[in-house]
Amino acid sequence: MRKLKEFIVEKLILICGIASIFFVVLIFLFLLKEGLALFKFVKPLEFLFGKSWYPISEPPQLGILPLILGSLLVTLGAAVISIPIGVGCAIYIAEIAPARSKEVLKAGIELLAAIPSVVLGFIGMVTLVPLIKNLFHLPTGLTALSGSVMLAFMAMPTIVSIAEDALYSVPKSYKEGAFALGATHWQTIRRVLLPAASSGILAAVMLGIGRVIGETMAVMMITGNAAVIPQSILAPVRTLTATIAAEMGEAVVGSEHYFALFAIGIVLFIISFAINVTADLCLHKKR
Amino acid sequence: MVAPQVKFEIRDLNVWFGPAQAIKRLDMEIAANEILSVIGPSNSGKTTFLRTLNRLIELNVNCRVSGAVELEGKDVFRIDAELLRKKIGMVFALPLPLPLSIFDNVAYGVRMHGLKNKDKIKAIAEEALKEAYLWEEVKDRLAESAFKLSGGQQQRLCIARTLAVGPEVILFDEPCSGLDPISTAKVEDAMLKLKEKYTIVLVTNNVKQAARVGDRTAFFLSGELIEVDKTDRIFTAPRDKRTDGYIRGKFG
Amino acid sequence: MKRNPYRSQKIAFALLLLATLLIIVPVGLIVVIIVQKGLPAINWQFLSDIPRQGMRAGGIFPAIVGTLYLVFGAILFALPIGLLAAIYLSEYSKENFMSRIIKLAIVNLAGVPSVVYGLFGLALFVVFFKFGASILSGSLTLGIMILPIIITTSREALESVPQSFREVSLSLGASKWQTIRHIVLPNAIPGVLTGTILGLGRAAGETAPILFTVAAFYLPQLPKSIFDQAMALPYHLYVISTQVPNVDEKVRYGTALVLLAMVLFMNLIAIIIRYKFRRKKKW
Repeated sequence: MRKLKEFIVEKLILICGIASIFFVVLIFLFLLKEGLALFKFVKPLEFLFGKSWYPISEPPQLGILPLILGSLLVTLGAAVISIPIGVGCAIYIAEIAPARSKEVLKAGIELLAAIPSVVLGFIGMVTLVPLIKNLFHLPTGLTALSGSVMLAFMAMPTIVSIAEDALYSVPKSYKEGAFALGATHWQTIRRVLLPAASSGILAAVMLGIGRVIGETMAVMMITGNAAVIPQSILAPVRTLTATIAAEMGEAVVGSEHYFALFAIGIVLFIISFAINVTADLCLHKKR
Repeated sequence: MVAPQVKFEIRDLNVWFGPAQAIKRLDMEIAANEILSVIGPSNSGKTTFLRTLNRLIELNVNCRVSGAVELEGKDVFRIDAELLRKKIGMVFALPLPLPLSIFDNVAYGVRMHGLKNKDKIKAIAEEALKEAYLWEEVKDRLAESAFKLSGGQQQRLCIARTLAVGPEVILFDEPCSGLDPISTAKVEDAMLKLKEKYTIVLVTNNVKQAARVGDRTAFFLSGELIEVDKTDRIFTAPRDKRTDGYIRGKFG
Repeated sequence: MKRNPYRSQKIAFALLLLATLLIIVPVGLIVVIIVQKGLPAINWQFLSDIPRQGMRAGGIFPAIVGTLYLVFGAILFALPIGLLAAIYLSEYSKENFMSRIIKLAIVNLAGVPSVVYGLFGLALFVVFFKFGASILSGSLTLGIMILPIIITTSREALESVPQSFREVSLSLGASKWQTIRHIVLPNAIPGVLTGTILGLGRAAGETAPILFTVAAFYLPQLPKSIFDQAMALPYHLYVISTQVPNVDEKVRYGTALVLLAMVLFMNLIAIIIRYKFRRKKKW
């Protein structure tokens, strides 16, 4: 009787153990199920590289190039801002900050990670957007740049915490060796710690960027949502994620538009999959 | 004199951890109601030997075993592991109380084996604590956390915990390595008393301890059994030079 | 020309400090602004009344309730699966191809964009299982989304229980499951709890996954069953910030404050539990 109970429990544990695989596969399958139907109407290349996104015109034009470029532009901007600041902050916390302020800083980073994206989007709307509008004398502050700045803040907690872990896990002996040779602290950081932690830092950067590409709400609220090929970072853009979020509500289930939004989901899933697998490989190489 | 009953029979036992062989072609018998001391330098396979007897080495993922270990004629690798470990208790190198109260530590084993009757559990726990010479010291504080006991008390608690399950064999893995001389003496006393009822295998780094309590002593070196014999014989007239060298403290 | 290493160190450290401040100061500012501007909106009516006048007045009670339903639904689904999955990874799986794939799957699950979860929930729960836009669909979607958080933190908690406890328990003849149930789990509870609460916080703040699976634009009454739609705080904040013109700033800030407070409160509890038990650890 006891044996039977344990047998059942252990099988249950095994099933739950592989549940994550199951869910990843399930997500992909259902995206495919709904998304692939699009290609009965539109050729994959036309979809990916078509220059106009007019989903409700007749017939609908479903080219997502403007959206891809919008996502790229915003992501690039966010990366330029968040990588130096995030890695710098990670170095500061891991190496320079005194023990007591270290805890406070870490709590601050965790706090930032915990703020819901819709709240960050709201704050961006009421503070950053008018600021950028006035700063650059623009007709609207809802621009790619606003999105980049806000998204940089969402990427930073990821970058800081993973990069800090990577720096922290460099064996102490490396550092002591460098000190023993008379290197300054900064030389040690630059010549010894950063190279030793490089694959972890790379993973941190990638996961941060993954976070940015997938981010939806803040971006939808502050980038202006113009589905045109962006001309400048000070112009409104629309990202892949925002398109799904903004339009799925109106898309009729089973319409081309509906399928197209799922196809965008496939694109996003593949991007995030690629980023996460690569980042994971980087983290594993370290060990 | 009646020939002593054989408890364990070990034939051509080999144990590997990955590519490294920890025990090499071991043949040995362990008699019932004896104390067998196992000595040898560190990494000589003593602890592995002990953990093979109760199959705790199976927790090591990359471990491989060949050969036979028989407990009263039955292959231990074919007995249900839980039943086997119920028969073969183990006391570890460091005092390792479970994060429970003193009483719950002692009662843990029997409860896991399905005993529900509270009075019976109480009786068993009291008996076990008495056998381990701990009852008088803890009888008024059974509900306290086991971590509040001193190191020596904790180790005797671990002995009591093992006894409560009702084993036939008790494996001691350097049980005094973390204890002061007085606590050590108490644990050794307990062992000598326990011999009447149980078969004891004692792995120790302390050669003098082996001499004090062992009926027979086995000397391991690099995974091989160099020799095993009556303790006074090993200590006065060892057959192998290496045994002599180790006992005299030349290496290890 | 020779550079003075100490001067370049000074400059470098100053820049690193600047980077840190560039993160920390805005975080502080964000919180301060929301609290300062949102606090005047908070009163009993705001918390307990339904939205009125096209969501420009009244309260946000249905949104609070909706979020609570969703969050608890998500946990009800994710905690058992996540905990058992963590037990599998920490206690049963061996270092092999299978466990490698599982870990990779968890990493990916954590990295899937939240809006993709929304799509998935729509396709599977709303359309395929015909649950419709409902609390059930939303909770399940959120539950799958927070699964990686719960698995990862629970696994860490389980793995931090000393191996020696397991050995002692097994050496006494307890079975593997008994060992897990009576020794490993009780000592991992604080960590599991921390993970669960972090998961709750995450679920409470997410908008994209609930957009098409449950969230109602405006719903003046409370949901009656798990097959009903519901309002939710994050979606409500999105709606009154972007979709409804002429909403009083105060109402927006107030809603943001309630949402932020809810999420931060959960995180705070998680941090306190973690801190307390780290100090109290007996081994």
